[in-house]
Amino acid sequence: MSVTQESKKENIGRRDFLRVSAKALAGAVGGGAVFAESAAQGKDNEVGNAATSFPTEDYDWKKHRWAYGIDATRCIGCLRCVEACKTENGVAKDAHHFRTWVERYVYVEGEERARVDSHSDPQNIAASGSESEYRFDNRYKDEKVTKAFFVPKMCNQCQHPSCVQVCPVGATFRTEDGVILIDKTYCIGCEYCVQACPYGARFFDEEAGTSDKCTWCYHRITKGLQPACVEVCPVEARIFGDLNDPSSTINEFIHKNRVHVLKPETGNAPTCFYVGLDKEVS
Amino acid sequence: MEMLVTAPYTGYVYPNETIIPWTLLIAIYPYLTGLVAGAFTVSSMHHAFGMERFKPVARFALLTSLSCMVFVPLPLILHLGHPERAMNAMITPHVSSAFAMFGFFAAFYMVLLALECWFVFRVDNVARAQSSTGLLRTFYRAITLWSDDVSANAREYDRKWLLALAIIGIPGAHGLHGYVGFVYGSLKSREWWGSDLMPVIFIFSAVISGMALCIVLYIFAAKVRRIKIDFACLKGMTYVLWGFMMFALLLEALGFANLVYKGKEGIEIIIEYVSGPLFVRYFVVQFGFGALLPIMIIGGMIARDTRGKAFIIGLTISSLLVLISVFMMRWNVVIGGQEISKTMKGLLTYIPPLYGRQGILAGTAVMIAPFLLLWLLTRLFPPWRDMSPEELK
Repeated sequence: MSVTQESKKENIGRRDFLRVSAKALAGAVGGGAVFAESAAQGKDNEVGNAATSFPTEDYDWKKHRWAYGIDATRCIGCLRCVEACKTENGVAKDAHHFRTWVERYVYVEGEERARVDSHSDPQNIAASGSESEYRFDNRYKDEKVTKAFFVPKMCNQCQHPSCVQVCPVGATFRTEDGVILIDKTYCIGCEYCVQACPYGARFFDEEAGTSDKCTWCYHRITKGLQPACVEVCPVEARIFGDLNDPSSTINEFIHKNRVHVLKPETGNAPTCFYVGLDKEVS
Repeated sequence: MEMLVTAPYTGYVYPNETIIPWTLLIAIYPYLTGLVAGAFTVSSMHHAFGMERFKPVARFALLTSLSCMVFVPLPLILHLGHPERAMNAMITPHVSSAFAMFGFFAAFYMVLLALECWFVFRVDNVARAQSSTGLLRTFYRAITLWSDDVSANAREYDRKWLLALAIIGIPGAHGLHGYVGFVYGSLKSREWWGSDLMPVIFIFSAVISGMALCIVLYIFAAKVRRIKIDFACLKGMTYVLWGFMMFALLLEALGFANLVYKGKEGIEIIIEYVSGPLFVRYFVVQFGFGALLPIMIIGGMIARDTRGKAFIIGLTISSLLVLISVFMMRWNVVIGGQEISKTMKGLLTYIPPLYGRQGILAGTAVMIAPFLLLWLLTRLFPPWRDMSPEELK
């Protein structure tokens, strides 16, 4: 199976998929391409369920339960995470496609509601000079700011994901270790999942003709590495780890803090936990 | 790869929202489905409920329904990132998806419509096969499946089938359309869509759009064919249109009142939206000119017992307004829902491109296509059952 690893890297998952596809194609005498794809997917599921090695042979997805922590009080809005994510995952470098982004909330004296923007705001793009360079401008320098903070956002890898629920073909699915992936070889590109995500975490990848989203760098975490955004965060505002490991940083983060999730009323049950949210954050 | 069409916005919206996912094609899709259900209702008035006054338009309405149904999947397929994988939804349907069953429902309904047409036109086609020559004869013979039995027994058999098909067809047509409403109404990510009333609103608006379309097309066809319009038939359709319009308007108003009265988080942005960018589209076009005005015009004509040319002009204008209103409703639901940001802190503006697979030209072509097919079908299978001059008196 090919998961959402568009960095065009070779990976064993993709080779597996090709092998299965070839077998299915050979078997589907007189059948069309869609039938071959269907057979390939059926075979994929078998791989996923019967064997425990996915996406690589030495990785057992049943032994892990990944989770993510965001300490918004630490985030300094440097946007290295955004840049690292785009580079690592080959996301289009414009102001409309993000697997992760950072929001800025600013309370100005005398105002009840926070002013919110992200680095894709036209003023911030003007400040950076390019859609592919990420920056927050200094627009509040003459204002009296009473409170200001940054909130990193990304896919919440929900336990009850609306995106998975609505996918008409089952191309997007939740892995055994708790990450929502997209099978880009099977996605029809209807964008129902983009609509259904309450967090705006999904987008349409025009080049691939399919949906796209954060995978917590599944190609990295299954090799024992950290997601790119966590790796580059200079202030440890982003924490990632395995809930099955009692000594993991994520367990420590959850146990030592009072954590929140975004939009709990949706019933989606995110596995992305926040510290330092504010009433204005949605 | 098509050029990116980005949406300007105010306030704060999630960065990924700046490209509107569901374009005008997805607004056309429920519009076409609604016309299918509505036109089928017109034909069922005669075929299922035995209302004789609908007889002159019943077969034509059935062809209208079929013509629209053929093109229902087209806007959906055109919108897909991978149209060649469209059948995946039927080969491996993901049953938890509100959309997974669409292909099956649509296919079932398509077969039902085709079957009903076959029985309705069977006797005519047998006669045409016998009176024509050459290729045309082969065509009609093939269409009748080489059967030329038009005995009283066979006709009785046809009648039973027709009744059964019409009875299945009514819940089928409305189920299909209510289902389309559910596709939007079941999404919890958008406050503008997440209404339990959505499927019901869709059904009522479907009936009025199909009824209005049949009225306009019937009047248009009668003018082109230079035949006298069957007033009883027209008046029958007018009553149904009028009655259903009142229900449709009431339901929509209720839906909106619910949303505002509950005043859940983010209501400020909804109020800002409906009183700003949506005001003309929603209150003026959809409700004012598209619903209230036709209800008043038709109501006035019924009260004053208007007849003749004045009635036909009044009814044509009203029906066209209804058609515009229902299209506006589809637009305001599908596009409107996406113009309110999921942050509930900002508003986007969808500007459809002129060219491209999802542009205005492509959308217009999808909208015109059913009528070209309808024209062809009415040439191949003339649906008219004109009353004799005596009957018209």
